[in-house]
Amino acid sequence: MEFKDYYKILGLERTVTADDIKRAYRTLARKFHPDVSKEAGAEARFKEIGEAYEVLQDPEKRAAYDQLGARWQPGQEFTPPPDWGAGFEFTRGTVSPEEAVEFSDFFSSLFGNFARQADAHRARGEDRHAKIVIPLEDAFHGATRTITLRAPQLDAQGRVVLREHTLNVRIPKGIRDGQLIRLAGQGAPGAGGASGGDLYLEVHFDPHALYRVEGHDLSFTLPLAPWEAALGATVKAPTPTGVVEVKIPPGSQSGRRLRLKGRGIPGEPAGDLYLVLNVMLPPADTERAKELYHAMARDLAFNPRQALGV
Amino acid sequence: MEQDILTGSVIGDEAVLSIEELARACGAEVQWIIELVTVGLLEPQGAETTRWRFRAADLSCARRVARLQRDFDASLDAAAVMLDLLDQIEELRARLKRAGLDVDEGLRW
Repeated sequence: MEFKDYYKILGLERTVTADDIKRAYRTLARKFHPDVSKEAGAEARFKEIGEAYEVLQDPEKRAAYDQLGARWQPGQEFTPPPDWGAGFEFTRGTVSPEEAVEFSDFFSSLFGNFARQADAHRARGEDRHAKIVIPLEDAFHGATRTITLRAPQLDAQGRVVLREHTLNVRIPKGIRDGQLIRLAGQGAPGAGGASGGDLYLEVHFDPHALYRVEGHDLSFTLPLAPWEAALGATVKAPTPTGVVEVKIPPGSQSGRRLRLKGRGIPGEPAGDLYLVLNVMLPPADTERAKELYHAMARDLAFNPRQALGV
Repeated sequence: MEQDILTGSVIGDEAVLSIEELARACGAEVQWIIELVTVGLLEPQGAETTRWRFRAADLSCARRVARLQRDFDASLDAAAVMLDLLDQIEELRARLKRAGLDVDEGLRW
Protein backbone atom coordinates (compact mmCIF):
# COMPACT_ATOMS: atom_id res chain seq x y z
CA MET A 1 0.00 0.00 0.00
CA GLU A 2 1.04 3.61 -0.47
CA PHE A 3 2.19 5.93 2.26
CA LYS A 4 -0.21 8.85 2.65
CA ASP A 5 0.93 12.34 3.58
CA TYR A 6 -1.97 13.55 5.69
CA TYR A 7 -0.48 17.03 6.06
CA LYS A 8 -0.18 17.44 2.32
CA ILE A 9 -3.79 16.27 1.85
CA LEU A 10 -4.94 19.11 4.09
CA GLY A 11 -2.43 21.50 2.50
CA LEU A 12 -0.52 21.99 5.77
CA GLU A 13 3.03 22.08 7.11
CA ARG A 14 3.99 19.56 9.77
CA THR A 15 4.48 22.28 12.34
CA VAL A 16 0.89 23.56 12.38
CA THR A 17 -1.25 23.88 15.49
CA ALA A 18 -4.41 21.92 16.25
CA ASP A 19 -6.46 25.03 15.40
CA ASP A 20 -4.82 25.26 11.97
CA ILE A 21 -5.71 21.65 11.32
CA LYS A 22 -9.31 22.19 12.27
CA ARG A 23 -9.56 25.31 10.11
CA ALA A 24 -8.02 23.61 7.08
CA TYR A 25 -10.36 20.66 7.50
CA ARG A 26 -13.43 22.86 7.79
CA THR A 27 -12.51 24.84 4.67
CA LEU A 28 -11.86 21.74 2.58
CA ALA A 29 -14.93 19.96 3.97
CA ARG A 30 -17.15 22.81 2.82
CA LYS A 31 -15.59 22.67 -0.62
CA PHE A 32 -15.75 18.91 -1.12
CA HIS A 33 -18.64 17.70 1.05
CA PRO A 34 -20.54 15.31 -1.24
CA ASP A 35 -23.88 16.69 -0.09
CA VAL A 36 -22.85 20.21 -1.03
CA SER A 37 -20.25 19.98 -3.79
CA LYS A 38 -20.71 19.06 -7.42
CA GLU A 39 -16.99 19.02 -8.14
CA ALA A 40 -15.87 15.91 -9.99
CA GLY A 41 -14.42 13.41 -7.53
CA ALA A 42 -15.71 15.36 -4.52
CA GLU A 43 -16.74 12.23 -2.66
CA ALA A 44 -13.32 10.57 -2.95
CA ARG A 45 -11.59 13.81 -2.00
CA PHE A 46 -13.86 14.28 1.00
CA LYS A 47 -13.08 10.80 2.27
CA GLU A 48 -9.37 11.49 1.95
CA ILE A 49 -9.76 14.77 3.83
CA GLY A 50 -11.85 13.07 6.52
CA GLU A 51 -9.24 10.35 6.92
CA ALA A 52 -6.41 12.87 7.22
CA TYR A 53 -8.39 14.88 9.77
CA GLU A 54 -9.30 11.78 11.77
CA VAL A 55 -5.58 11.13 12.30
CA LEU A 56 -4.29 14.69 12.74
CA GLN A 57 -7.04 15.97 15.05
CA ASP A 58 -6.26 13.27 17.61
CA PRO A 59 -3.06 14.11 19.57
CA GLU A 60 -2.16 10.43 20.10
CA LYS A 61 -2.66 9.42 16.48
CA ARG A 62 -0.92 12.54 15.23
CA ALA A 63 2.11 11.95 17.43
CA ALA A 64 2.39 8.33 16.29
CA TYR A 65 1.94 9.37 12.67
CA ASP A 66 4.56 12.12 13.03
CA GLN A 67 7.09 9.51 14.22
CA LEU A 68 6.52 7.60 10.99
CA GLY A 69 6.35 10.66 8.82
CA ALA A 70 10.04 11.44 8.89
CA ARG A 71 10.85 8.06 7.36
CA TRP A 72 8.41 7.90 4.43
CA GLN A 73 7.50 9.79 1.28
CA PRO A 74 3.97 10.13 -0.13
CA GLY A 75 3.19 7.39 -2.64
CA GLN A 76 6.08 5.27 -1.40
CA GLU A 77 5.34 1.58 -0.86
CA PHE A 78 4.51 1.24 2.81
CA THR A 79 4.38 -1.49 5.42
CA PRO A 80 3.92 -0.63 9.09
CA PRO A 81 7.21 -0.95 11.01
CA PRO A 82 7.30 -3.68 13.68
CA ASP A 83 7.47 -1.15 16.50
CA TRP A 84 4.42 0.69 15.17
CA GLY A 85 2.18 2.16 17.79
CA ALA A 86 4.41 1.13 20.72
CA GLY A 87 3.77 3.48 23.60
CA PHE A 88 0.54 4.84 22.18
CA GLU A 89 -2.98 4.03 23.09
CA PHE A 90 -5.40 4.78 20.30
CA THR A 91 -8.94 5.54 21.20
CA ARG A 92 -11.84 5.09 18.88
CA GLY A 93 -11.83 8.63 17.61
CA THR A 94 -14.74 10.49 16.16
CA VAL A 95 -15.67 8.15 13.34
CA SER A 96 -17.83 5.06 13.57
CA PRO A 97 -16.53 1.72 12.30
CA GLU A 98 -18.91 2.11 9.38
CA GLU A 99 -17.24 5.34 8.32
CA ALA A 100 -13.76 3.98 8.94
CA VAL A 101 -14.55 1.24 6.41
CA GLU A 102 -14.36 3.96 3.79
CA PHE A 103 -10.82 4.87 4.76
CA SER A 104 -7.71 3.63 2.97
CA ASP A 105 -5.79 0.41 3.62
CA PHE A 106 -3.00 2.67 4.84
CA PHE A 107 -5.29 4.01 7.57
CA SER A 108 -6.61 0.63 8.61
CA SER A 109 -3.12 -0.90 8.76
CA LEU A 110 -2.16 1.80 11.27
CA PHE A 111 -5.33 2.50 13.19
CA GLY A 112 -7.62 -0.37 12.19
CA ASN A 113 -7.47 -1.96 15.62
CA PHE A 114 -9.39 0.85 17.22
CA ALA A 115 -12.67 -0.75 16.20
CA ARG A 116 -11.91 -3.93 18.15
CA GLN A 117 -15.18 -5.03 19.60
CA ALA A 118 -15.09 -4.25 23.27
CA ASP A 119 -17.35 -6.96 24.59
CA ALA A 120 -19.62 -9.63 23.28
CA HIS A 121 -22.87 -8.42 24.77
CA ARG A 122 -25.86 -9.19 22.64
CA ALA A 123 -26.41 -6.43 20.12
CA ARG A 124 -28.04 -6.30 16.74
CA GLY A 125 -25.64 -5.41 13.93
CA GLU A 126 -25.69 -1.92 12.50
CA ASP A 127 -27.53 -1.20 9.29
CA ARG A 128 -25.29 -0.49 6.32
CA HIS A 129 -25.79 1.60 3.21
CA ALA A 130 -24.40 1.32 -0.30
CA LYS A 131 -25.17 2.64 -3.74
CA ILE A 132 -25.76 0.52 -6.78
CA VAL A 133 -25.70 2.00 -10.29
CA ILE A 134 -27.63 0.03 -12.87
CA PRO A 135 -28.54 0.50 -16.52
CA LEU A 136 -32.03 1.90 -17.12
CA GLU A 137 -32.86 -1.29 -19.01
CA ASP A 138 -32.85 -3.23 -15.71
CA ALA A 139 -36.01 -1.35 -14.71
CA PHE A 140 -37.73 -2.74 -17.80
CA HIS A 141 -36.58 -6.32 -17.71
CA GLY A 142 -35.36 -6.94 -14.16
CA ALA A 143 -31.80 -8.25 -13.64
CA THR A 144 -29.34 -9.77 -11.23
CA ARG A 145 -26.42 -7.51 -10.37
CA THR A 146 -23.27 -8.22 -8.40
CA ILE A 147 -21.94 -5.71 -5.92
CA THR A 148 -18.74 -5.78 -3.93
CA LEU A 149 -18.70 -4.24 -0.48
CA ARG A 150 -15.94 -3.68 2.01
CA ALA A 151 -16.87 -4.55 5.54
CA PRO A 152 -14.92 -4.91 8.78
CA GLN A 153 -14.61 -8.41 10.15
CA LEU A 154 -12.74 -9.93 13.06
CA ASP A 155 -9.77 -12.09 12.09
CA ALA A 156 -8.44 -15.08 14.05
CA GLN A 157 -6.51 -12.78 16.43
CA GLY A 158 -9.60 -10.74 17.14
CA ARG A 159 -8.37 -7.77 15.10
CA VAL A 160 -10.66 -5.90 12.80
CA VAL A 161 -9.71 -6.30 9.17
CA LEU A 162 -11.45 -5.13 6.04
CA ARG A 163 -12.78 -7.90 3.87
CA GLU A 164 -14.40 -7.59 0.51
CA HIS A 165 -17.55 -9.51 0.03
CA THR A 166 -19.69 -9.97 -2.99
CA LEU A 167 -23.45 -10.09 -3.15
CA ASN A 168 -25.73 -11.06 -6.01
CA VAL A 169 -28.83 -8.95 -5.82
CA ARG A 170 -32.05 -9.29 -7.75
CA ILE A 171 -33.09 -5.99 -9.33
CA PRO A 172 -36.86 -6.10 -9.66
CA LYS A 173 -38.61 -4.90 -12.80
CA GLY A 174 -40.12 -1.46 -12.22
CA ILE A 175 -37.35 -0.18 -9.92
CA ARG A 176 -36.82 3.58 -10.04
CA ASP A 177 -33.95 5.94 -9.48
CA GLY A 178 -33.68 6.83 -5.79
CA GLN A 179 -35.53 3.78 -4.51
CA LEU A 180 -33.97 1.52 -1.92
CA ILE A 181 -33.56 -2.22 -1.93
CA ARG A 182 -33.47 -3.43 1.63
CA LEU A 183 -31.66 -6.70 2.21
CA ALA A 184 -32.52 -8.11 5.62
CA GLY A 185 -29.57 -9.37 7.67
CA GLN A 186 -26.92 -8.26 5.13
CA GLY A 187 -25.66 -5.33 7.22
CA ALA A 188 -23.09 -5.61 10.00
CA PRO A 189 -23.13 -8.95 11.85
CA GLY A 190 -24.71 -8.96 15.28
CA ALA A 191 -22.78 -9.59 18.48
CA GLY A 192 -23.48 -12.33 20.99
CA GLY A 193 -25.81 -14.24 18.70
CA ALA A 194 -28.04 -11.28 17.85
CA SER A 195 -29.23 -10.81 14.30
CA GLY A 196 -27.30 -8.84 11.70
CA GLY A 197 -28.31 -5.37 10.56
CA ASP A 198 -29.93 -4.66 7.23
CA LEU A 199 -28.24 -3.46 4.06
CA TYR A 200 -29.92 -0.61 2.21
CA LEU A 201 -28.96 -0.33 -1.45
CA GLU A 202 -29.72 3.04 -2.99
CA VAL A 203 -30.51 2.50 -6.65
CA HIS A 204 -29.34 4.89 -9.35
CA PHE A 205 -29.45 4.65 -13.11
CA ASP A 206 -26.46 5.13 -15.35
CA PRO A 207 -27.02 8.22 -17.47
CA HIS A 208 -28.68 6.91 -20.63
CA ALA A 209 -27.47 7.90 -24.09
CA LEU A 210 -31.03 8.51 -25.27
CA TYR A 211 -33.60 8.73 -22.48
CA ARG A 212 -33.90 11.28 -19.70
CA VAL A 213 -35.57 9.92 -16.58
CA GLU A 214 -37.98 11.72 -14.28
CA GLY A 215 -39.55 9.48 -11.66
CA HIS A 216 -41.15 6.74 -13.69
CA ASP A 217 -41.46 8.85 -16.85
CA LEU A 218 -38.92 8.95 -19.65
CA SER A 219 -38.41 11.51 -22.35
CA PHE A 220 -36.26 11.89 -25.42
CA THR A 221 -35.95 14.17 -28.41
CA LEU A 222 -37.47 12.92 -31.66
CA PRO A 223 -36.09 14.63 -34.79
CA LEU A 224 -38.59 15.34 -37.58
CA ALA A 225 -38.34 16.58 -41.15
CA PRO A 226 -40.22 19.88 -41.74
CA TRP A 227 -42.82 18.18 -43.94
CA GLU A 228 -43.47 15.47 -41.32
CA ALA A 229 -44.11 18.15 -38.73
CA ALA A 230 -46.17 20.36 -41.04
CA LEU A 231 -48.27 17.76 -42.80
CA GLY A 232 -48.42 15.10 -40.12
CA ALA A 233 -46.83 11.68 -40.56
CA THR A 234 -46.37 8.27 -39.06
CA VAL A 235 -42.72 7.83 -38.06
CA LYS A 236 -40.68 5.20 -36.28
CA ALA A 237 -39.47 5.91 -32.75
CA PRO A 238 -37.32 3.83 -30.40
CA THR A 239 -38.68 2.87 -26.98
CA PRO A 240 -36.96 0.81 -24.28
CA THR A 241 -39.12 -2.15 -25.26
CA GLY A 242 -38.68 -1.85 -29.03
CA VAL A 243 -39.41 0.34 -32.02
CA VAL A 244 -42.95 1.75 -32.33
CA GLU A 245 -44.77 3.78 -34.94
CA VAL A 246 -45.89 7.21 -33.77
CA LYS A 247 -48.50 9.45 -35.36
CA ILE A 248 -47.27 13.05 -35.64
CA PRO A 249 -50.23 15.47 -35.78
CA PRO A 250 -50.17 18.01 -38.64
CA GLY A 251 -48.88 21.45 -37.67
CA SER A 252 -46.48 20.17 -34.96
CA GLN A 253 -43.75 22.57 -33.88
CA SER A 254 -40.38 21.93 -32.25
CA GLY A 255 -40.74 21.54 -28.49
CA ARG A 256 -44.16 19.88 -28.66
CA ARG A 257 -44.37 16.88 -26.35
CA LEU A 258 -46.19 13.74 -27.39
CA ARG A 259 -47.04 11.25 -24.67
CA LEU A 260 -46.90 7.51 -25.17
CA LYS A 261 -48.94 6.33 -22.23
CA GLY A 262 -47.58 3.43 -20.22
CA ARG A 263 -44.32 3.26 -22.22
CA GLY A 264 -42.20 4.53 -19.32
CA ILE A 265 -40.88 2.43 -16.44
CA PRO A 266 -43.23 -0.51 -15.77
CA GLY A 267 -45.34 -0.60 -12.62
CA GLU A 268 -48.80 0.08 -11.23
CA PRO A 269 -49.32 2.52 -12.83
CA ALA A 270 -46.58 2.38 -15.45
CA GLY A 271 -44.78 5.60 -16.34
CA ASP A 272 -45.16 7.43 -19.64
CA LEU A 273 -42.72 8.06 -22.45
CA TYR A 274 -42.58 11.62 -23.76
CA LEU A 275 -41.30 12.45 -27.23
CA VAL A 276 -40.06 16.02 -27.53
CA LEU A 277 -40.37 16.98 -31.18
CA ASN A 278 -37.46 18.72 -32.85
CA VAL A 279 -37.80 19.87 -36.45
CA MET A 280 -34.53 19.52 -38.39
CA LEU A 281 -33.85 21.53 -41.53
CA PRO A 282 -32.51 19.72 -44.58
CA PRO A 283 -29.27 21.39 -45.70
CA ALA A 284 -29.51 23.74 -48.67
CA ASP A 285 -26.44 22.20 -50.26
CA THR A 286 -27.67 21.46 -53.78
CA GLU A 287 -29.21 23.65 -56.49
CA ARG A 288 -32.47 21.74 -56.17
CA ALA A 289 -32.60 22.19 -52.39
CA LYS A 290 -31.92 25.91 -52.71
CA GLU A 291 -34.66 26.16 -55.30
CA LEU A 292 -37.15 24.56 -52.90
CA TYR A 293 -36.23 26.97 -50.09
CA HIS A 294 -36.53 29.91 -52.51
CA ALA A 295 -39.95 28.66 -53.58
CA MET A 296 -41.09 28.49 -49.93
CA ALA A 297 -39.75 31.97 -49.23
CA ARG A 298 -41.61 33.28 -52.26
CA ASP A 299 -44.91 31.44 -51.81
CA LEU A 300 -45.44 31.07 -48.04
CA ALA A 301 -45.34 34.66 -46.76
CA PHE A 302 -44.08 33.32 -43.42
CA ASN A 303 -42.68 35.65 -40.74
CA PRO A 304 -41.41 33.63 -37.75
CA ARG A 305 -40.78 36.91 -35.84
CA GLN A 306 -44.32 38.19 -36.05
CA ALA A 307 -44.83 37.80 -32.32
CA LEU A 308 -41.81 40.04 -31.74
CA GLY A 309 -43.51 42.86 -33.65
CA VAL A 310 -40.77 43.12 -36.26
CA MET B 1 -18.33 -20.33 -6.48
CA GLU B 2 -22.06 -20.39 -6.95
CA GLN B 3 -23.73 -17.77 -4.78
CA ASP B 4 -27.29 -17.22 -3.73
CA ILE B 5 -29.21 -14.43 -5.35
CA LEU B 6 -30.62 -12.11 -2.71
CA THR B 7 -34.07 -10.67 -3.05
CA GLY B 8 -34.81 -7.56 -1.03
CA SER B 9 -37.85 -5.43 -0.44
CA VAL B 10 -38.13 -2.22 -2.43
CA ILE B 11 -38.72 0.99 -0.53
CA GLY B 12 -39.96 3.86 -2.62
CA ASP B 13 -42.75 6.41 -2.33
CA GLU B 14 -44.97 4.24 -0.17
CA ALA B 15 -44.41 4.97 3.51
CA VAL B 16 -43.29 1.68 5.08
CA LEU B 17 -40.43 2.36 7.50
CA SER B 18 -41.30 2.67 11.18
CA ILE B 19 -39.57 5.26 13.35
CA GLU B 20 -37.41 2.55 14.94
CA GLU B 21 -36.35 1.24 11.54
CA LEU B 22 -35.56 4.75 10.30
CA ALA B 23 -33.55 5.59 13.43
CA ARG B 24 -31.60 2.34 13.19
CA ALA B 25 -30.89 2.88 9.48
CA CYS B 26 -29.43 6.30 10.39
CA GLY B 27 -27.49 4.95 13.35
CA ALA B 28 -29.43 7.45 15.48
CA GLU B 29 -31.85 7.63 18.35
CA VAL B 30 -35.61 7.67 17.95
CA GLN B 31 -35.61 11.05 19.72
CA TRP B 32 -33.52 12.56 16.93
CA ILE B 33 -36.07 11.41 14.33
CA ILE B 34 -38.82 13.07 16.38
CA GLU B 35 -36.81 16.32 16.27
CA LEU B 36 -36.53 16.07 12.48
CA VAL B 37 -40.29 15.69 12.27
CA THR B 38 -40.82 18.60 14.68
CA VAL B 39 -38.78 21.02 12.56
CA GLY B 40 -40.60 19.78 9.46
CA LEU B 41 -37.70 18.04 7.74
CA LEU B 42 -39.59 14.77 7.65
CA GLU B 43 -43.29 14.38 7.08
CA PRO B 44 -44.34 10.90 8.09
CA GLN B 45 -47.70 9.37 7.38
CA GLY B 46 -49.77 8.34 10.37
CA ALA B 47 -50.98 10.23 13.39
CA GLU B 48 -49.11 8.97 16.46
CA THR B 49 -45.37 8.44 16.73
CA THR B 50 -45.76 4.68 16.99
CA ARG B 51 -47.76 4.62 13.76
CA TRP B 52 -45.51 6.93 11.80
CA ARG B 53 -44.33 5.51 8.48
CA PHE B 54 -41.50 6.92 6.36
CA ARG B 55 -40.55 6.75 2.67
CA ALA B 56 -37.21 6.17 0.92
CA ALA B 57 -36.82 9.93 0.46
CA ASP B 58 -37.15 10.40 4.24
CA LEU B 59 -34.25 8.04 4.84
CA SER B 60 -31.99 9.85 2.34
CA CYS B 61 -33.03 13.18 3.86
CA ALA B 62 -32.34 12.05 7.43
CA ARG B 63 -28.94 10.63 6.48
CA ARG B 64 -28.02 13.88 4.72
CA VAL B 65 -29.01 15.87 7.82
CA ALA B 66 -26.92 13.52 9.97
CA ARG B 67 -23.88 14.07 7.73
CA LEU B 68 -24.33 17.86 7.64
CA GLN B 69 -24.71 17.99 11.42
CA ARG B 70 -21.67 15.80 11.95
CA ASP B 71 -19.35 17.30 9.34
CA PHE B 72 -20.18 20.99 9.86
CA ASP B 73 -21.35 21.00 13.48
CA ALA B 74 -24.58 22.40 12.03
CA SER B 75 -27.65 22.87 14.17
CA LEU B 76 -30.81 21.16 13.03
CA ASP B 77 -32.21 24.45 11.74
CA ALA B 78 -29.00 25.28 9.87
CA ALA B 79 -28.98 21.81 8.32
CA ALA B 80 -32.61 22.32 7.30
CA VAL B 81 -31.74 25.59 5.54
CA MET B 82 -28.80 23.90 3.80
CA LEU B 83 -31.07 21.13 2.57
CA ASP B 84 -33.65 23.61 1.28
CA LEU B 85 -30.98 25.50 -0.63
CA LEU B 86 -29.43 22.32 -1.98
CA ASP B 87 -32.85 21.15 -3.16
CA GLN B 88 -33.39 24.47 -4.91
CA ILE B 89 -30.02 24.18 -6.65
CA GLU B 90 -30.88 20.63 -7.67
CA GLU B 91 -34.22 21.80 -9.08
CA LEU B 92 -32.54 24.61 -11.04
CA ARG B 93 -29.93 22.22 -12.39
CA ALA B 94 -32.66 19.86 -13.52
CA ARG B 95 -34.43 22.73 -15.26
CA LEU B 96 -31.25 23.80 -17.02
CA LYS B 97 -30.69 20.24 -18.11
CA ARG B 98 -34.23 19.99 -19.47
CA ALA B 99 -33.59 23.23 -21.37
CA GLY B 100 -30.62 21.51 -22.97
CA LEU B 101 -27.92 23.44 -21.13
CA ASP B 102 -25.02 21.47 -19.80
CA VAL B 103 -24.82 22.57 -16.19
CA ASP B 104 -21.44 21.05 -15.47
CA GLU B 105 -19.78 23.03 -18.24
CA GLY B 106 -20.84 26.49 -17.20
CA LEU B 107 -21.44 26.47 -13.47
CA ARG B 108 -18.86 25.57 -10.89
CA TRP B 109 -18.83 26.30 -7.23
